[in-house]
Amino acid sequence: MIELVNVHKTLGGKNVLDGITLTIERGETFAIIGRSGTGKSVTLKHIVGIMMPDSGKVIIDGVDLSRLSRSELLAFRKKFGYLFQSNALLNSMTVFENIALPLREHEKMTDSEIEALVREKLALVEMDGTQPLYPESLSGGMKKRVALARAIVRDPEIILYDEPTTGLDPITAASVNNMIRDMQDKLNITSVAVTHDINSAYTIADRIGLLHTGKILQVGTPEQIKNSQDLRVKQFIQGIALGPLTA
Amino acid sequence: MPGFISAAGKYIIETASNAGYGVVMLGEALYWVRTAFKRTKDIAFQMQVCGIQSIPVTLLVGAFVGMVLALQTGLSLKPYGIQHLIANIAALSMTREMGPLMTAVILAGRVGSSLAAELGTMRVSEEIDALEVMSINPIKLLVMPRVVALTIMLPVLAIYANVVGIIGAALIGNIQIGIPYDAFFRDCMNSLELRDLYSGLFKTAVFGLIIAAVGCSEGLRTTGGTLGVGESTRRAVVNSLLLILISNYFMTSIIFRLFY
Repeated sequence: MIELVNVHKTLGGKNVLDGITLTIERGETFAIIGRSGTGKSVTLKHIVGIMMPDSGKVIIDGVDLSRLSRSELLAFRKKFGYLFQSNALLNSMTVFENIALPLREHEKMTDSEIEALVREKLALVEMDGTQPLYPESLSGGMKKRVALARAIVRDPEIILYDEPTTGLDPITAASVNNMIRDMQDKLNITSVAVTHDINSAYTIADRIGLLHTGKILQVGTPEQIKNSQDLRVKQFIQGIALGPLTA
Repeated sequence: MPGFISAAGKYIIETASNAGYGVVMLGEALYWVRTAFKRTKDIAFQMQVCGIQSIPVTLLVGAFVGMVLALQTGLSLKPYGIQHLIANIAALSMTREMGPLMTAVILAGRVGSSLAAELGTMRVSEEIDALEVMSINPIKLLVMPRVVALTIMLPVLAIYANVVGIIGAALIGNIQIGIPYDAFFRDCMNSLELRDLYSGLFKTAVFGLIIAAVGCSEGLRTTGGTLGVGESTRRAVVNSLLLILISNYFMTSIIFRLFY
């Protein structure tokens, strides 16, 4: 279970998170939606412990992240997979080396075992055969898939997706949404996705939360969000320029 | 006046904070040197990039430093008829001071900037965050090999610079002053002691540590996209040079007090 309890965070003098409280159950896919710059990625970075709250708590499976030492936090992160908005593939390494890196650092596996596991994960994201390529020679959609393969290589319990469809064409975006849903069905893991793409959220999420001015305004299933009478939710999902979110 | 004091105070706090980060990062990198045997491939690659690929420019710098040293010294000593002392002065100056210092200055610009740019680009493109999320310590993976590589390679490069510098000095000594080569090199060998070589190499190893620590530290702390990477690169070069010059004075003082 993931719990954010009254989390506050100020960055550059601005209250990015202003008392956010959220609970995500084990095994569910939760999408955090909101306008650009409202703190969605910052929320995700708090869940994985890359950022620490100024006040409040982030509790993962009963463990308060702020109480962990740096080495304990590094070890604790093994239960996470993270798909960065920019993919964050290491440009000095091939596709194979990128995905094999966490295995070589943490697992006692032979070269052939690593090779087999990398091939298996790449096949899951339909990218088997790209092992010798460098990230610079991949398209945006291909990089996203390789980054996802790296995120799941150690069978994490929790996967975090930071704007998984941003910058992709509609067909590739739909393909990534399906891939995320497939991953959820096959691996039955907890997933948290932040996105401003409402259609992506409807496709992948069990529940959706709207983040605005550092707080979660409403949480509900995709159907509940679609039928919400809250004017702020309506403005966001209908893409209306003027309204309570922009007042 | 209050604005000036506030700005000065902010600068001091920021400088102290940056220095503290660098010291802590270097301490952690030195702690992870115990895993160096598992990263021989990474260390060897850094030795090649930071060290071996710097040989041409180091040789060039060494040669011209030696040549100008001989030229200036020879012209100054000639009126007194003691220009034959060029050999002694060139040998001692190159091994104790000019070879190590000029090698470090060149590498601060060449390697220090590339370390900051490389790690800074990784920071702004979230590659460092990706490593942390994969429970991989970026200091263990990225900084330690660079610290080890530079600490080893800078003294090696300094030896090259010393040799080429003395040869350059001999060339000028012969062409401009008329000192025979065999006399020049004999005087060099007679004036040099092992402590002169060791003191220079020790300083160069410290300079290597400084260049690696400052370059990596500035890179890892980069913020603000490509503009930030440029800023970090500039700061890495300037701060490396300052620390090299300041530490050179204190190390030279201590070495002379202890061994001369």
